[in-house]
Amino acid sequence: MIRLFKRKKIDLPDFWKEYEKSFEEKIPNDVNDVRFVVFDTETTGFDYFQDRILCIGALILVNWRIDVKKCFEIYIHQESYRKETAKIHGILKHDKADRLTELKALELWLAYIGNAVLVAHHAHFDVTMINRALARNSLPPMKNKVLDTGILYKKTLLRSNLIQKKERYSLDDLATKFDISKKDRHTALGDSYITSIAFIKILYKLKEKRNWTMQDLSARRKWWK
Amino acid sequence: MRSFIHDPKTTFTQRFLYMKNTISQRVADFLRKYPPFNELKNKDLELLSEQITIIYREKGSPIFLENENPHPDFYVVHKGAVALKKSPKNDIVDLCDEGDIFGLRPLVAHENYKMEATAHEESILYAVPISIFRPYAQQNLAVGTFLVESFASNTRNPYSKSHRGKLYGESTETIPNTTELKLFDLQPINYSKKPVTCSPRTSAKSIAETMTKKKVGAILVVKEHLPIGIITDKDLRNKIVTGDFPITATASKIMTAPVITYPGKLTVTQAQMAMMKNKISYLCLTEDGTTHTKIIGVLSKHDVLVALGNNPAVLIKAIHRARKTKQLKPIRNSVMKLLQGYLDQNIPIALTSKIIAELNDACVKQIIKLNLKKMGVTPPANFAWLALGSQGRSEQLLHTDQDNAIVFADVPDSKLPGTSAYFLQLAALINKDLHLIGYEYCPAEMMASNPKWCLSISEWKNVISQWIASPGGDEVLASSVFFDFNHVYGDSSLTSSLSDHIFSSIKKHPIFYVHLASGALQNPSPTGFFRQFLLEEDGAQKDRFDLKRRALRPLTEAARVLILSHEVKSVNNTSERFEKLMELEPQNEEIYLSCSYAFKALSKFRAKQGLLHNDSGRFITLDKLTKEEKVKLKRTFKTIKELQELVSVRFNVSNLLG
Repeated sequence: MIRLFKRKKIDLPDFWKEYEKSFEEKIPNDVNDVRFVVFDTETTGFDYFQDRILCIGALILVNWRIDVKKCFEIYIHQESYRKETAKIHGILKHDKADRLTELKALELWLAYIGNAVLVAHHAHFDVTMINRALARNSLPPMKNKVLDTGILYKKTLLRSNLIQKKERYSLDDLATKFDISKKDRHTALGDSYITSIAFIKILYKLKEKRNWTMQDLSARRKWWK
Repeated sequence: MRSFIHDPKTTFTQRFLYMKNTISQRVADFLRKYPPFNELKNKDLELLSEQITIIYREKGSPIFLENENPHPDFYVVHKGAVALKKSPKNDIVDLCDEGDIFGLRPLVAHENYKMEATAHEESILYAVPISIFRPYAQQNLAVGTFLVESFASNTRNPYSKSHRGKLYGESTETIPNTTELKLFDLQPINYSKKPVTCSPRTSAKSIAETMTKKKVGAILVVKEHLPIGIITDKDLRNKIVTGDFPITATASKIMTAPVITYPGKLTVTQAQMAMMKNKISYLCLTEDGTTHTKIIGVLSKHDVLVALGNNPAVLIKAIHRARKTKQLKPIRNSVMKLLQGYLDQNIPIALTSKIIAELNDACVKQIIKLNLKKMGVTPPANFAWLALGSQGRSEQLLHTDQDNAIVFADVPDSKLPGTSAYFLQLAALINKDLHLIGYEYCPAEMMASNPKWCLSISEWKNVISQWIASPGGDEVLASSVFFDFNHVYGDSSLTSSLSDHIFSSIKKHPIFYVHLASGALQNPSPTGFFRQFLLEEDGAQKDRFDLKRRALRPLTEAARVLILSHEVKSVNNTSERFEKLMELEPQNEEIYLSCSYAFKALSKFRAKQGLLHNDSGRFITLDKLTKEEKVKLKRTFKTIKELQELVSVRFNVSNLLG
């Protein structure tokens, strides 16, 4: 097994190696210094095997600042396409927007994120979709730490049997709760922005309870599962 | 940051953005609405928007300090509010809200900031890079003029009269160390831009009807858009009611003419002077200030008083007149100013909290009314809106959390889901509006928009019976919030039937008192063994004193269980409860008197702390208190301890705890 893994590593493209190398730098423990990449994907559907990513939108959040010119928004050319979901994301099969191949898109994506801590709403879905795409292109899964605003939000609620916590809080629920405009819902970058503001507000809410460090937020490596 | 971002060969935009940037477009949409950005060409604005950094600042955190080196950006408030403060007293010189610009000094002069800017509420800001913006200011005449005019004359935004924020907060030479309140006098005043008018041939009767319908005290008589006279309540009284003129007399016969006119650009002080000079209560505003140009509005004495905002009666009237929740927000700010004034003048806290509670109550009622109208349909059943917790006890001085509930009349089972849905929707609107005017959402979701707190009267009775019959920790907590309910709006028979039910249920299960009493004793005494203050041990409030949990709440909870055990209805306020207890138990008069006193002193203390730090006043940094304040605080703690002992003995709590 180990040997197999090693041999495979040699075949990996340069951009993957560069991505991997970025993890040599440790993630700072002070939440203010951490580079978060807040992202969202638009896909053809919710099936991990059948469906494909159409668009990835992301932004970088450092020290509570978002630099507008450093946003990430790419569209991917996909053969597989489903008409039913088009009314949600509004991406047509032959839209004139510049489309990239999946491999090129992944290359850009990995260069963009580096060792950043990823943040998404119901992150498991988006992370799995990207990891599937990586696998299709013979690449290993992403190595980043991941935080899920859906789970973090539940931690801000008081623990009491009187309050029925919902199983899942949608991004719409959060936007309403935190008074964020829902104008750009269902575009990848628009959803990323809503997620990032919700994320900031959640962090402050949690901070009121106690001072959080990066270690607290990602107490178990894959707790978002 | 990693090197690929600064890769010189390809710009970041080329590498990672292949289509329009959704976020920068949204930024541009926002900026387009406000000067000077509205003067920019669309394309320029879009390019500028891509260069912006979006910044989040939590309430109270600084953006820049006085004398700090200039930042490379200036700032636009996207959401929230930013206070510009000036030493030595840290007076708030200006409050910037949505669309206001601040921190422009580095654009104009290479100097350090002359003021401090802090987030007055939690805020989202756009940082505009000065190096990129400067060329626009130099090339575009309109943009340049706007900046120069604003900076030089130190006026408020010259584009809108009603605008509160000032462009360049930094230049204060002309307004040295004035408080926010005094500064207000120099502000442009808001007037009604759609004055009620009639023609010279309208009859007195229909004039009176119009004035009643529109709720105004004066009507302008207009001929070809020019004002020729004015009729006020006084004219109707002096001329019609006395019988001098018949009710059919035309406007031209009974009007006061000529009208005294002024130009539209008046400050509060100028308006006051004009009214005093002419001994009138209404000013007619025209384009150039003479009777030969078009009317642009009417200014009443009432408008002046609202602008001054120092009179509860005027504020109540303004609340009733509000047609949109947005209009209530500035009124609420005036209420806070009023509170500050009362505290400064040492007006008895019992009176102060009554007035403030009355104003808060009026706000909530108005919001409910407005939203009932918004729903369009009449409610499917009678209902009552209840305020719970501190609001229910009329003890809320500062904006704190909202706790509320809806109870509605029973409907047939088949109609229950539809009825619940209606009230939930109504509650959601109301909760949102309350949030908008400054009431935080309840973190425990004890709000009417939560399906568990929006029930029919029978459903509520069931829930309450369960709480009382099988009290656990959660049930005691819920009832402690709920049992202090106060009827705010709607059918009060529902509310009183609910309180009757509570008393009859408790009678059946007297053990509930013991649980309630033990709940009251759970909050530890405020001082430790050596009579030192007990401070919070962890969290963001580490080493601060929790005034609410350790001092106010033990008093509130003890008062509740004692008053319930006497089956006294409708006394909700904690200090009033202690006063009632003095009557009921003369043998304990002394201790209840000191409890009532302690509670009032602590509330006042909290309100002062809250206004000082623009928060809920709950947590106190002890080092900042004077020796006298500390002694006063400690004195109240002794009372709390005695009270807790009394409760413990009376309800035999030790049996339960043991």
